[in-house]
Amino acid sequence: MSAAQRFRLNSWGARFGLAVACAWVFTALFAPWLSPHAPDAIDLTRELSPPTSGHPLGTGENGIDVLTHVLYGARVSLEVSFFAVVLSAAVGITLGGIAGYAGGLVDEALMRGVDVLLAFPGILLALFITAVLGPSLANVVFALSFTGWTGYARLTRGQVLTLRERDYVQAARALGSGPGRILARHLLPNAAGPLLVQATFALPGAIVAEASLSFLGLGVPPGTPSWGALVDQGTQYLLVAPHVALFPGIALAVTVLGFNLLGDALRDAMDPRHEGR
Amino acid sequence: MTRRLVSAVIAMVGALLLVSLFLHLVPGDPVDVMLGEQATQVDRAALRQAVGLDLPWYAQLWTFARDLATGELRTSLPPFQRKVLPALGAALPYTLLLTVSAMAVSLVLALPLGVMAAARRGTPVDAAAMGVSVAGVALPRFWLGPVLIILFALKLDWLPVSGAESWRHLVLPAFTLGTALAAFLARMTRATMLEALREDYVTVARAKGLSPGVVLWKHAFRNALLPLVTVLGLEFGALLGGAIVTEKVFAWPGMGTLLLTAIEKRDYNTVRATVLLFTFCYVVVNTLTDLTYAWVDPRVRRRS
Repeated sequence: MSAAQRFRLNSWGARFGLAVACAWVFTALFAPWLSPHAPDAIDLTRELSPPTSGHPLGTGENGIDVLTHVLYGARVSLEVSFFAVVLSAAVGITLGGIAGYAGGLVDEALMRGVDVLLAFPGILLALFITAVLGPSLANVVFALSFTGWTGYARLTRGQVLTLRERDYVQAARALGSGPGRILARHLLPNAAGPLLVQATFALPGAIVAEASLSFLGLGVPPGTPSWGALVDQGTQYLLVAPHVALFPGIALAVTVLGFNLLGDALRDAMDPRHEGR
Repeated sequence: MTRRLVSAVIAMVGALLLVSLFLHLVPGDPVDVMLGEQATQVDRAALRQAVGLDLPWYAQLWTFARDLATGELRTSLPPFQRKVLPALGAALPYTLLLTVSAMAVSLVLALPLGVMAAARRGTPVDAAAMGVSVAGVALPRFWLGPVLIILFALKLDWLPVSGAESWRHLVLPAFTLGTALAAFLARMTRATMLEALREDYVTVARAKGLSPGVVLWKHAFRNALLPLVTVLGLEFGALLGGAIVTEKVFAWPGMGTLLLTAIEKRDYNTVRATVLLFTFCYVVVNTLTDLTYAWVDPRVRRRS
C-alpha cells in the first residue's frame, strides 16, 4: 500500500486536518471579500457589544467587528508561518545536507551552532530578536527562522548519513556524479517524506509562535489583526466583553489542532510502524 | 558524561556570544535601538559610555561577561544604574516555582490518563483520553489563561485573578502552563506503555498469574517511565518559554515579567542577563536529565 493510499484511509483526523488547512488558506486569501466590515471601520455607538446579526461575533474596542479581525488574523498567521517555514526549510535542508555529506569539521561546527540555538528555551530567542529589531512581519519571520532551521538541519543530516552509503548513491558516485548532484537528485528526494512531516508540524508551531510574540507585544506592529494581538487587546475587557478575547483564540486553537492532526496522519502514512504514537 | 558537560559549556558560551553581540550584528546604531531615534545627544553619549558602547566589541563582550559573573552588571538606563543581579535573584524563584508546579500538574494529569488509555486500548476510554489530549496540545496558553480567569476567578470567584501572594495565586498559572505538556505527555505515556505491554516480561508476569494492576504498574509502567524522563527534560525548555506568556497573563513576578518590563524600558543589560539566565536554567536541566537517564538505566551507564 502506498503512502498516499494510507493517508486517504486515515480516519477522520486526516480529513478534519485537511479541511481546516484548506479553510485557513481560503480565509487568508479572501479575507477582504469574506469580511462583513472593513478591518479599520470603527463604530463608537456599538463598542464592546455582544454578538448581533450585524456583528456575528460581536464588537471590540471602538466598535470594531470581531469577525472581520478574526478573518484578517488568518491572513497574518498565513503570511508569517508560510514564509518562516519556507525560509527555515531552505536554510536547514541546505546546511543539514552539507553537514551530513561533508562530515568532519564542517559537520562538527554546524552541529555545535545548532546546539547553541537549541540552548534557548521555547520562543525566548525569537522574542529577544524581535525585541531588538522592533515589531514587523518580516522581523517575526526572520526571528522564527533564526531558530526554526535547526530542526530541518538535524533531520536532513540524519537522513543523509543513513542514505549516503546506499547502493544507488554508490552507483551514482561511480558514474561520476558530483556531491551537489548526489545531494539534490539522490539524497534529498529520498529524505522528502520525513521533511514534509517536519514542515507540517512546524507550520502550527510558527502560527503559535507568531501569535505568542504578538500577544507579548513583540510580534506584529500595533494595529495589525494578529490572533495573538487580538487576544491581548481582549483581555482588558474579560469581564464586560469576554467574546473579544475568546473568538480569536478559538480560531487559533482550531487551526493548530487541524495542522497537528494533518501532521499525525501524514506521519502515520509515511511510516506505518509509527501508528498510534 | 564529560562529552555531555563539554557540549553544555560550549552551548552556554555560544549563547553568551550571541546574546551579548546581537546588537552589533544588526545594522544601525545600538543606541538608536535602546533609546529610540529622538533621544538627545547628551543621553546618547551618556548611554554609550555607561554600556561601554565606545569600546570595541571584544572588550564589550569581556566587560559584560565579567560584570555578569561578578554580579557587578548594572541596568543600562543612564540615570538609575542599579545592579541587575538582585532583580534576577528575586524573579528566579517565582519562575522556578511556576514551572515546577506546572510540571507536577502535567504529570498528575498525564500519567493516569496515558496508562488508562494504553490499558484499555481501542475502547471509548482510550478514544476520549486521546481526543482530550489532541485538543489540549492545541490550546494556546495566552488564551487558556484568560478563559480560566473568566471561569474560576470572575464567574465562580474561587481563585484570585492575578498576583502571587499565596498558593491560591499559583493554581491557575500552573494549570495554564501545564495543560499543553499534560496533553503531550498523555500521548507519550500511552505510546511507551503500549510498547512496554508488548514485551516478553509482561507476558511472563501475566503467565505467572500476577494481577493486571501489578503487571500494569509494577512491570510495564516502570519501564515505560524511562523515555518519559528524557522527554520531561526537553519539555522543560518549552515550559520556560511558555512561562513568559503565562507570567504576563497572571502578572506573576517571575523572570518573564522582568524580561518584558526590561524590553519595554529598553534596558538591554537586564534583557541580556535575563535571557542568559533562562538559557542557563534550560541547559542545566537538560544536562541533569541526561545524567539522570544514564543513572536510571544501567544499559546507558555501561555504554558511556
